Amino acid sequence: MNYINSDLKVVGTRPVRPDGVDKVTGRAVFSADTRASGMLWGKILRSPHAHARIVSIDTSKAEALKGVYAVITSADFPNIASEEAFVGEGPMNFRDLSCNIMARGKVLYEGHALAAVAAVTPAVAEQALALIAVQYDVLPHVIDVDDAMKDGAPVLHDDMFTAGVNPKPTKASNIAKVVTFKKGDIDAGFAEAEVIFEDSYTTKPVHQAYIEPHACLANYNADGQVTIHASSQGHFMVRAYTAKLLGLDMANIRVNPAEIGGGFGGKTLIYLEPVAVALSRKAGKPVKMQMSREDVFRGSGPTSGASVTVKLGAKKDGTIVAAQQVLKFQAGAFAGSPIGPGCMCGFAMYDIPNVDVLGYDVVSNRPKVAAYRAPGAPISSFAVECAVDDLARKLGMDPLVLREKNAVVNGSKTHYGVSHTNIGFTQVLAATRAHPHWKAPLAEGHGRGLAVGFWFNIGGESSATVHINEDGTVMVATGSPDIGGSRASMGMMTAEVLGVPVSKVRTIVADTASIGFTFLTGGSRVTFATGMAVTQAAEKVVEQLKARAAQTWDIPVDAVEWQDGKAVPAGTNAGAFEPLDLAAIAAKQGRTGGPINAEVSVNAQGAGAGFGAHICDVAVDKETGKVEIVRYTAIQDVGKAIHPSYVEGQIQGGAVQGIGWALSEEYIYNDKGQMDNPGFLDYRCPVASDLPMIEAVLVEVPNPRHPFGARGVGEVPIVPPMAAISNAIKGAIGLRMPDLPMSPPKVRAAIDAAG
Amino acid sequence: MSKSHVTTTINGEAAEFLCETQQTMLDVLRDVVGLTGSKEGCASGDCGACSILVDGTLVCSCLMLGVEAEGKSITTIEGIAQGDQLHPIQQKFLEHAALQCGFCTPGLIVATKALLDENPNPTEIEARYWLAGNLCRCTGYDKVIRAVMDAAAVMRGETV
Amino acid sequence: MPKVVLASGSASLALTGGVTEFEVEATNFRRLILELEKCFPGLGTQVEESMAVAIDGEIYQDAYGAVLRPGSEIVLIPKIGGG
Ligand code: FES
Ligand code: FES
Repeated sequence: MNYINSDLKVVGTRPVRPDGVDKVTGRAVFSADTRASGMLWGKILRSPHAHARIVSIDTSKAEALKGVYAVITSADFPNIASEEAFVGEGPMNFRDLSCNIMARGKVLYEGHALAAVAAVTPAVAEQALALIAVQYDVLPHVIDVDDAMKDGAPVLHDDMFTAGVNPKPTKASNIAKVVTFKKGDIDAGFAEAEVIFEDSYTTKPVHQAYIEPHACLANYNADGQVTIHASSQGHFMVRAYTAKLLGLDMANIRVNPAEIGGGFGGKTLIYLEPVAVALSRKAGKPVKMQMSREDVFRGSGPTSGASVTVKLGAKKDGTIVAAQQVLKFQAGAFAGSPIGPGCMCGFAMYDIPNVDVLGYDVVSNRPKVAAYRAPGAPISSFAVECAVDDLARKLGMDPLVLREKNAVVNGSKTHYGVSHTNIGFTQVLAATRAHPHWKAPLAEGHGRGLAVGFWFNIGGESSATVHINEDGTVMVATGSPDIGGSRASMGMMTAEVLGVPVSKVRTIVADTASIGFTFLTGGSRVTFATGMAVTQAAEKVVEQLKARAAQTWDIPVDAVEWQDGKAVPAGTNAGAFEPLDLAAIAAKQGRTGGPINAEVSVNAQGAGAGFGAHICDVAVDKETGKVEIVRYTAIQDVGKAIHPSYVEGQIQGGAVQGIGWALSEEYIYNDKGQMDNPGFLDYRCPVASDLPMIEAVLVEVPNPRHPFGARGVGEVPIVPPMAAISNAIKGAIGLRMPDLPMSPPKVRAAIDAAG
Repeated sequence: MSKSHVTTTINGEAAEFLCETQQTMLDVLRDVVGLTGSKEGCASGDCGACSILVDGTLVCSCLMLGVEAEGKSITTIEGIAQGDQLHPIQQKFLEHAALQCGFCTPGLIVATKALLDENPNPTEIEARYWLAGNLCRCTGYDKVIRAVMDAAAVMRGETV
Repeated sequence: MPKVVLASGSASLALTGGVTEFEVEATNFRRLILELEKCFPGLGTQVEESMAVAIDGEIYQDAYGAVLRPGSEIVLIPKIGGG
C-alpha cells in the first residue's frame, strides 16, 4: 500500500525515541560496556613503520609472561584466496581484508596490525606487546597520491597491475584501477564553449571520527560456537566477514548488536572481531578488545584524500556544454577507494551534453580507507562546485542562476548512463531561492557561498518482524543497527499502519540468530529499505487482524475494514458489529488461530536519489586566517520525513562534519610516514564553540517507491559544505582556497601571497 | 602490585573500591565499580565522553586517577536522574532529539549539569564555549544547544 | 531486444573487446547476466560481483528478477554502497 497522500497521524510527528531514556541515563549498552565471566583483554601490536618487510616475529617472551593466555599473528589465520566482497565503500577483496586486520609478510602503513595478545588485564596485555620481538626490513614508503603514481615510486603490491587499461600493464604499480565515464564528444563540447574555466583541487583524508572507538567481546566455545558482542553498522556483516576470515560456518557465529556510538561508514567493515575470536579460541576464554583513539586514527579507515582537476566550458548565456574531471583517490594500503561514485557524483547535478571523467584508484602507505558518508561524492563535488562558482564569476552570473540553468530534472541522463527519476532537485533550488538566508544582506567583510550536492542512496536486503502481544501492544524487530533513531522511525511506520499510538509499539534490533539477513546500516538505506519491510510486515498483520475479526463476527474477510486501529464492518451490508480494536483481537488470538505476527524480507529497489543545497556565510580574520561560520542553512529533499527531528539531525550533523573537513580536519604525516596527529587535540573536529545553529530545511518530494515517500537522508548533507565554504571565503576575501583543509595557516598564507 | 583502598562517595552513596595506583577514575568507574555510563572516547581529555563531577567540579575522569577520589563526592551520569524522575536536562535532550548515537550524551549531560549549577542563565555563546570540551560527531550541536538552553529555562522556572 | 550500454568501467570494455553497445536476448536481469557471460566470458561474473545496472534509468542492485522490456536500455555501472 501507499500512504503518500494519506492523512498521517504518527509519521511526520516527533515522539521521544524508544531507546532515549537508556541513552540519557547512561544505561544503554555500547560495545565496550559488557563483560563476560573469565574474560581476558586483547590488545594489538601495530607497526611503527609505514612500509616494511616482516623478517621475523618472536612471541616467545610474550607467551612466557604470567597472565598471558594467547599470542597470535597472521599464522593463526587461514591464508585465504583473493575474492571480491562488497563492503560499504565498494568491492573489497577478502584477502586484503584479512591482511589488513593482521599483516602477512609486509606491513603497509604505520598502525598496521601484526600481532595480538590476550591477557588477564589490559596492563599485562600491554606488557606482553612490548615483549614481542619483530625484525623489520624497512622499505621506502609513499604517502601522497600524486607521488604514489609516479614512475619509480615504492610499489606496495608487486602483484598490482592496473585494471581498466588495455592492454593490461606488465609492470606492477600503485594504480589499482582506472575508471572512465564519457558522454557526448568532449572535444566538440569545448570547441563550442565560449568561456572555459579550469582549476586543480586537493583534499586530505579525514576520519569518520565516531566518538565510540571500535570494541568487541568474543567467545569461542569448545564446541566451535562463537558469540560476538560488538557495535557495527551491520551485525550480519560482522558475522559474514568473521566467518570468511577464520573459515568458520556462519551458523556457528552469533553476533549481538551493541548500541553503536557513531559509524558514518567507518563501521561497515571489521578490524577486531576475527582477532578477538582467534584469541579466544587459542586462550579458551572470552576476549574483550577495544581500540584506543590512537588505534582508531592509525589503524582504521579514514576516507580518501585526493587530487582533482576540473575543466568546464560554457556558452555566454551560462549553458554548460562541456565538463571534464580527473580524480586521483588514495585508497590507503589496499585497493578500493570510492573512485567509482566519485566519478559519478561530481557532475550528477548538471545536465551537460559532453562529459569526460577519468578516475584513478591509488594505493599508498596509509590505512585502508573505509566508507565515509556518501563515499567519494564530497571530494568530487568540492572540486566541481568550486569550479562552477568560479565559472559563474567568469560569466558574470549569479551562482544560483547558473546552477538553476544547468540543473538536472526528471529524465535528465547523466554521464554514467542513468536517467534521473523522481528527483526533487528543482524543488530544492526553488527552496534555496526562496529562503531568507539567500536574500539576507551580507555584513561588511562577510562572504556567502552556495554549493549543491547529490547522493544515490541505496535499497537492498532487509528483514523485519511485527508481533502482536497478548495485550494488544506491538513488538517490531529488524536487523538494522540503530545508528541515529531508526528504532523510532520503524516504530512510527508500524504504528501508522496499525492505527495505534506509537507508545504501544516497541522496536528492537534483533541479533543474527533471531531475524533474517539484513544488509548494513549504510548508504542511507534503513528508513527506505528496512522501513519498507516493516511497513509490509505491519500490513500483513492488519490482514490477519481483519481475518480474526471476520471470524469473530462470522462474516467474510472482505467485509471487514481496518480503520484507526479497529476492525469495522465494511458498510451496512456486512452487518452491525461493534468495532474490535487491536487489544480485543489480540486477547483472543489464541482462539482465532494462534499468535498474530508477520515477518517480511525484501530486497528493496528504487531508493530515490537525494539532492541538497547549502548556503554559508563566513567571516575571515585576516590576521590569523581563521574562518568563522556565521550562518549556515542546509536545504534538502528528504522525500518524506518520518521523524523530522532525526532527519534534521542527520542534515545538521552531516553539514558539521563537512565543516570540519573544510576547515580543520586532516591526517598529518611526518617524513617517516607516521601520523603526527592521532588524537582529538590535534585532529581537530568541530566543537560547539566553532559553530552557529545549523538550519535544516526539509523539502519533501515523495519517493513513490517507498510506502511513505521516504528517501535516504544521511549522506547528501556532507557533500556541499566544503565547496560552500570555499565559495564563501572567495566572496569574503576574493581568494580561491582550492586545498583542504582551509585552515588558518593556509588562509593566512594565501592572504600574504596575494599581498 | 598491591592495590590502594579508596573511600569515597559515588552518586550520593558511600563507596569503597580497590584500584591500582595508575588506574584512571574512568577505568575504575567502568571496570571496578561497574558504572559504564561514563564513556571512553579518547582517554586523553579531548572528547568529554567521560565527564563526571568531583565535588561539583566538571572533570574528565580519564585524566583523574582512581586514588584521587579518596574523600571526594563523585557524580556520574548514573546519578543525574532521581530514581525514575529524569533530570530536566535529560528530559530536554530527549524532547529536542539532542542525541543520535547517544555515545557523547552522558558526558554532555554531566557537563551541562555543571554549567547550569554554576550559571543558571547562560547565553548561547557561553553554553557553546562551556561545552566545547564535549565532542559530538553526530548532531552538529544544534539540537544539543537548544536542549541546554531550554533545560536552563525550565530549571529557572520560566517554562516547563 | 534490450540494449546494453557500457557507459563505464574500461575493465568491462577489455572483456567486450571495446564494444560499447550491443543487444541481448533477455527478459530479466538474471538471464542478462547469463547471456553476457556467454557472449563475453568474464563479463557476466564481473557484473554479478561488482556492478549494478540501470534499467531504463533506474538503478538495480542484486535483483535477478528485475524485468527487461524489449526496448529497455541497460547501463552497467559500478555498484553503489554508502557510508
Ligand atoms: S575519554 Fe576522557 S576526555 Fe575523552
Ligand atoms: S550523538 Fe553521537 S556523538 Fe553525539
